[in-house]
Amino acid sequence: MLVLSPLLVPLFTAVLTVLLQRHQRAQQGVSIAGAVVLLLCALWLVQEVSSVGRIQLALGNWPLPFAIEFVADRLSALMVIITAVLGLGVLVYQTSIAEPASESAMLHPLLHGLLAAVGGAVLTADLFNLYVWFELMLITVLGLLVVQDGYRHTEAAFKYFALNLLGTLLFLATVAMLYGTTGQLNFSALADAAQHPELKAVIPVYVAMLMSAFLLKAAAFPLFFWLPASYHSLPAPVLALIGGLITKVGIYVLLRLMGEVFIDQPAVFYEALGWIAIATMISGVLGAAYHWDLRRILAFHIVSQIGYLLLAVALATPASGLAGVFFMVHNILAKAALFLIAGIMWQAAGHYDLRRIGGLYPARPLLAVLFLIAGFSLVGIPPSSGFWGKFLLVQESFVQGRYLWGGLALFVGVLTLYSMVKIWLEGFWKPHPQGTAVTATNRQLTPAYAVVLVLALLLLVTGLYPEPLIQYSEAATSMLWQESAP
Amino acid sequence: MTSRSIMLEYVARSAYWLMLLASVWILLRGHNAPGGGFIAGLMAVAATALLAIVYDVDSARRRLPLQPLQLAVAGVLLALISGIPGVWDDNAFLTHQWWGIEVGNNVFKLSTVIIFDVGVFAAVWGAFATYLFALLDTQGEVT
Amino acid sequence: MTLLVLLSISIVVAAAVYLSLSRDLFRVVIGLTMLGAATNLIVFAAGRFATLTPPLLTTVEDAQAAAVANPLVQALVLTAIVISFALLCFALVLGARLRAQAGNDDVKQMHATEPVAWDSVKPPELEN
Repeated sequence: MLVLSPLLVPLFTAVLTVLLQRHQRAQQGVSIAGAVVLLLCALWLVQEVSSVGRIQLALGNWPLPFAIEFVADRLSALMVIITAVLGLGVLVYQTSIAEPASESAMLHPLLHGLLAAVGGAVLTADLFNLYVWFELMLITVLGLLVVQDGYRHTEAAFKYFALNLLGTLLFLATVAMLYGTTGQLNFSALADAAQHPELKAVIPVYVAMLMSAFLLKAAAFPLFFWLPASYHSLPAPVLALIGGLITKVGIYVLLRLMGEVFIDQPAVFYEALGWIAIATMISGVLGAAYHWDLRRILAFHIVSQIGYLLLAVALATPASGLAGVFFMVHNILAKAALFLIAGIMWQAAGHYDLRRIGGLYPARPLLAVLFLIAGFSLVGIPPSSGFWGKFLLVQESFVQGRYLWGGLALFVGVLTLYSMVKIWLEGFWKPHPQGTAVTATNRQLTPAYAVVLVLALLLLVTGLYPEPLIQYSEAATSMLWQESAP
Repeated sequence: MTSRSIMLEYVARSAYWLMLLASVWILLRGHNAPGGGFIAGLMAVAATALLAIVYDVDSARRRLPLQPLQLAVAGVLLALISGIPGVWDDNAFLTHQWWGIEVGNNVFKLSTVIIFDVGVFAAVWGAFATYLFALLDTQGEVT
Repeated sequence: MTLLVLLSISIVVAAAVYLSLSRDLFRVVIGLTMLGAATNLIVFAAGRFATLTPPLLTTVEDAQAAAVANPLVQALVLTAIVISFALLCFALVLGARLRAQAGNDDVKQMHATEPVAWDSVKPPELEN
């Protein structure tokens, strides 16, 4: 049951919050309580997995490989705990007045549905079940876009829907063909079947299709256009959850499929993936450099950071997997913190466009410090957490002789610094264009500050003392790209 | 709707219950023969749709056992709960349990599967009724 | 039989691509839905088309004797149909609402999330 808790707890919470639709206070309370329970379950799961290594559960007592199997190992437990932390943080932030999502009756059920979908996608060991969780993820994100009233959200939802549906359908078609060829859907059974000499020639075709589907889901070059078109219309807390998490689930699945199921593919795949990663990094960071709207800058940085994670998949060794996982943890936290800070900046200065705001440094010194921590982490200035992620990644690409990839990754870091400096100069340093339009501090902002503070502290701790996380990630990724996959 | 059809209105009132009855029959028959929760749920939605189109959205909504969304969620809850008895027996979640009750020569089979199926039925009915009402409401805005 | 299904899948995909590239909002929705239907057909085809015998077998010998289609795929396609039906309903509601709010159904006119730049070097401001 413990394995299933990351999806059952949010599902039950979602059901309860729907039943409590009429009582807003109670609904909020249940929602936050559900997130706390999820976090406790996630902590328990991590502890359990650290000692046992791997927990399996075949639903309905069906024999494997026919049963839908759920597997928790260190890697998936890590994703579960980040999801839980982020979920709780976002729900607490939502109680403040820093651009909360409008409290429609469906907001909390949808948020918990999203958490359940992420938990399911992370834990499942069955390809078709993975498709179902991705559909649930798609439909909850669409719901979250639509419950915000206004034409802009409807339009964003449609763009998101049209492009993401293509990815999901491609995924489903590939699942069907894989099953038709191998007769398996379970991950470990598929891994065995993929080694069959007769299938050696045809499996790479399917892997290429799967890769395209997940590259679209992860917003990689040149399939990222849905992301900057839709994300920025979300309110701050929802944006932090979705922007921090959803694309990374695509990367996580890619890492698992490439590293554990379909290991040892033709070299051209990894070559292509590497160049796609570089193109994603550069196009994302250039898009961010062009924009002046805080949310759009940060949305383009999601794309750029996805490039780094793809590079980790492209290098295809346990060491690069370690770098990728460490970078993913850091990136989810940093990205969410930045989106949440942007929400507070909006509340204080009245707009998201950097040309219209300013003067936040004298008015909000604490916010400025928090922004510096999160921003430096995103850029990767030592000793922030981003530094270690990039260090491990660039080191591995140099070790493999990929000097160009490593060098370009460092160069993109400089451009990221440009964006962060732009936000700093325009938002914090320059005086406000309309004199003193910075609103007075408000006690109702306390939850928002508390959440951002916790995230910033987590970033600081992983930056100053990265050893435990590195060790954990090393244990989590040691099974990637090994011939004797479990 | 400006045009009314008296005949359709009259038939729809009784057809609604007939369709619901048929859907329940299909729900129960799904145990050994083609049928089951999803199909039955769709039939129930068809009944609701008939009322919503012939009369209006509100009268169709009043005839539902719960508010559409709550109906859907209650169904999900029922389906989730049906998986729990299996855990009691030290089995995995969603391991279904079967009991037989002998009445004369016949054995009535009871199982947690039927709870799951009823849950699916309610979830489908509620969820698609939600969509249906949303669609009909938007249609009013456009025209 | 397989060839026939293959042909129909390709026709459906062709029609779906044509429709979803259209500027008309409703056609895009229908096109995407047809693409989903084609995908469901692919899933269905993955389980071979065998005899008319339904894959409801009572004994193991039965299963080995009769060349029946793979029942798991039929379960999968059922799930996929359910999900794509839910998405179709959602897309219809979304499309209807979008058309009501935008006042027209020309996809090319929908610029609210990505306004056209009026300045040659700086991006346009989004309202709030």
